[in-house]
Amino acid sequence: MSETTYSYGGFWQQGHRPGILGWLLSTDHKRIGIMYLCCVTSMFIVGALLGLAIRLELIAPGPTIMSAQTYNATFTVHGVIMIFLFIIPSIPASFGNLIMPIQIGARDVSFPKVNLISWYCYMIGAVLAVLAIFTGSGPPDTGWTFYVPFSTQTTTNVDLAVMAAFMLGFSSILTGINFVTTIHRLRAEGMTWGRLPLFVWTLYATAWIQVLATPMIGITLLLIFAERIFGAGLFDAARGGDPVLYQHMFWIYSHPAVYIMILPGMGVISEVIPVFARKPLFGYWAMALSSLAIAFAGSLVWGHHMYASGMSDMAILVFSLLTFIVAIPSAIKVFNWVSTLYKGSIELAPPMLFALSFIFLFSIGGLGGLVLGAAASDIHLTDTMFVVGHFHYVMFGGTGFAFFAALHYWLPKFFGRMYNHKRAVIAWALMFVGFNFTYMSMQALGVMGMPRRYYDYVPEFTTLNQVSTVGSWVLGLGLLIMFVNLWQGIRHGTPVGNNPWGGATLEWQIPSPPPEENFGEEDPVVTHGPYDFKGVVADEY
Amino acid sequence: MSIEHRDDTGARFGMWLFLYTEVILFSGLFLLYAMALSKFPDQFSVGSHRLNIYFGTINTLVLLTSSLTIAMAVTAIQRGRIKLTLGLCAATVGMGIVFLINKYFEWSAEIEHGIYPGSHHLAEQGSGVAAFFNLYFFTLGLHGLHVLIGGTLITVVAVLTAKGKVTSERYTLLENSALYWHLVDLIWIFLFPLYYLII
Repeated sequence: MSETTYSYGGFWQQGHRPGILGWLLSTDHKRIGIMYLCCVTSMFIVGALLGLAIRLELIAPGPTIMSAQTYNATFTVHGVIMIFLFIIPSIPASFGNLIMPIQIGARDVSFPKVNLISWYCYMIGAVLAVLAIFTGSGPPDTGWTFYVPFSTQTTTNVDLAVMAAFMLGFSSILTGINFVTTIHRLRAEGMTWGRLPLFVWTLYATAWIQVLATPMIGITLLLIFAERIFGAGLFDAARGGDPVLYQHMFWIYSHPAVYIMILPGMGVISEVIPVFARKPLFGYWAMALSSLAIAFAGSLVWGHHMYASGMSDMAILVFSLLTFIVAIPSAIKVFNWVSTLYKGSIELAPPMLFALSFIFLFSIGGLGGLVLGAAASDIHLTDTMFVVGHFHYVMFGGTGFAFFAALHYWLPKFFGRMYNHKRAVIAWALMFVGFNFTYMSMQALGVMGMPRRYYDYVPEFTTLNQVSTVGSWVLGLGLLIMFVNLWQGIRHGTPVGNNPWGGATLEWQIPSPPPEENFGEEDPVVTHGPYDFKGVVADEY
Repeated sequence: MSIEHRDDTGARFGMWLFLYTEVILFSGLFLLYAMALSKFPDQFSVGSHRLNIYFGTINTLVLLTSSLTIAMAVTAIQRGRIKLTLGLCAATVGMGIVFLINKYFEWSAEIEHGIYPGSHHLAEQGSGVAAFFNLYFFTLGLHGLHVLIGGTLITVVAVLTAKGKVTSERYTLLENSALYWHLVDLIWIFLFPLYYLII
């Protein structure tokens, strides 16, 4: 199709109200998904810029570009934005909303209005977080974990920041309830549990964690708020409270939350790899059930964040054992992805490159997790740069790269246009190389003993810090090229047909971009599994 | 949506999930309570004896009765008796208001006696008693907020019933509000003995 005859706009042109109201009041899951996508991507860019600023500050010992107080605020805001405003909603709220109902053959989610409310909760949270930076007596400086007693005593604007996190938690709960109900109730005829695409399985497991764990952070943050405003004193040892209990309650949510962050990413990878290896996913049920196993076991391991906070040896032993158990379902996933590749007809398209680097980076991060999960090595490494490196390997190298894979895989579906592949590959290569320089240096620094969140360091650490900072520039350049390329692709790219990649899941059988209500007059009837590629041919573009 | 889609089972399913999140929300406070009680068993008993058991008992009776009336309201709407439904909803909301008024007098008396979070009086009583009252005000305050939310919800549904939006054919909204009210009641049934009845 040429540029001039291309007029079909799918859901983009089917708003019930004109202009911007057609979006702000829309209950269409695709429009809400696009709104989420815009928000989380913007938040990611803000967070990434703050991250680059932190790295720049650490390029040399002593003050470089900011004061110590600004540095504390910068890493706090970087953490709050990246965790609560980007990673947690990133894949589930954006691609979950866009893709999941289509993949199960539904016309929308179970509660479309609740879906819109959850987006508004997210926006209120985002606005509060931004206000927290610019109002009151300075941006919060506690770190994203808001540990007491500092968070209840600091004069900076922690009140607004915790309320922002509370609202974002509420948004997350509403999405979770919606997704669990949708997957139970709205599957199309023939869409049995054994035919659910893996992305849906991981969203299902994620949604359960969102429902089960998020209220705990809600009450914990409310208590911080109450402590600061009314002096509730529940975490104040002088008034009979217990500060260590804060850490327990915080991690009872926040550890399962890292599985909220990673599971949907694993789902994306499980979609991408079979399509570009032209083979059914190896071990479907093992993959599906390991998602649930991660969700379940991941809820029981929060204590491994607190080996150094004061716990009995018995508790440390139990938490350490449980932590190792979580590694089993994660390893099942890695091995099954690799087995899917075996003897496949592999096509190294951009989504596949991101997916393959996910496996590589996530494995490094995951193995680092075992180093931290073992009590003996954790005592040495706790609160060092190793933790920062590990966390970025699993969260950025894992979820972040999965998010980029999802962008490259599904954006052509929703915009009907293809980006430039060559530039996408260049961006990927820069990011992959830059990423490893940035974060591997951090892990090495941690082993050498450099503490995290420190403004200054001894001269021995200078070289590796410089390597890390230069790496962050390469990474930043890669990100810039990727976003520019994607933007140009959705604006001016070559139009694509229904199925540019040759996927077998339902979203590839409807037009790009999908129409409102996804499936025309008749509800779809599913007759084959999600990775049954027999007779599926990719459209030329 | 052009094709009307209605799934009452789905709506109930979603509500139960939401109620579950409420249970977890309060379970954080129960966790704090359990830890504090095991640390200061004697001082919790002292604190409990300073609460007015009459207020607590009356409020328990009021809330239990209101749970009955809202359950009856659901049965009434199923049988299409709109006026009876509205009356029972009004009774429920009325009892919710009685509960909150009771609470107002109870708390006023306590605050007058210098019992409130951060007071000098509590600080003199020792950290266990302070912990008891800090938990008491926060937990029961949060529960009171839920009574307020539940009452508002039932009022809205009653208005919709009067307007004919909630009928004997589609009453899931009322049923879900009733479920919420039962949860508020259920949490109180745990709070009452934990705070008022420690020997």
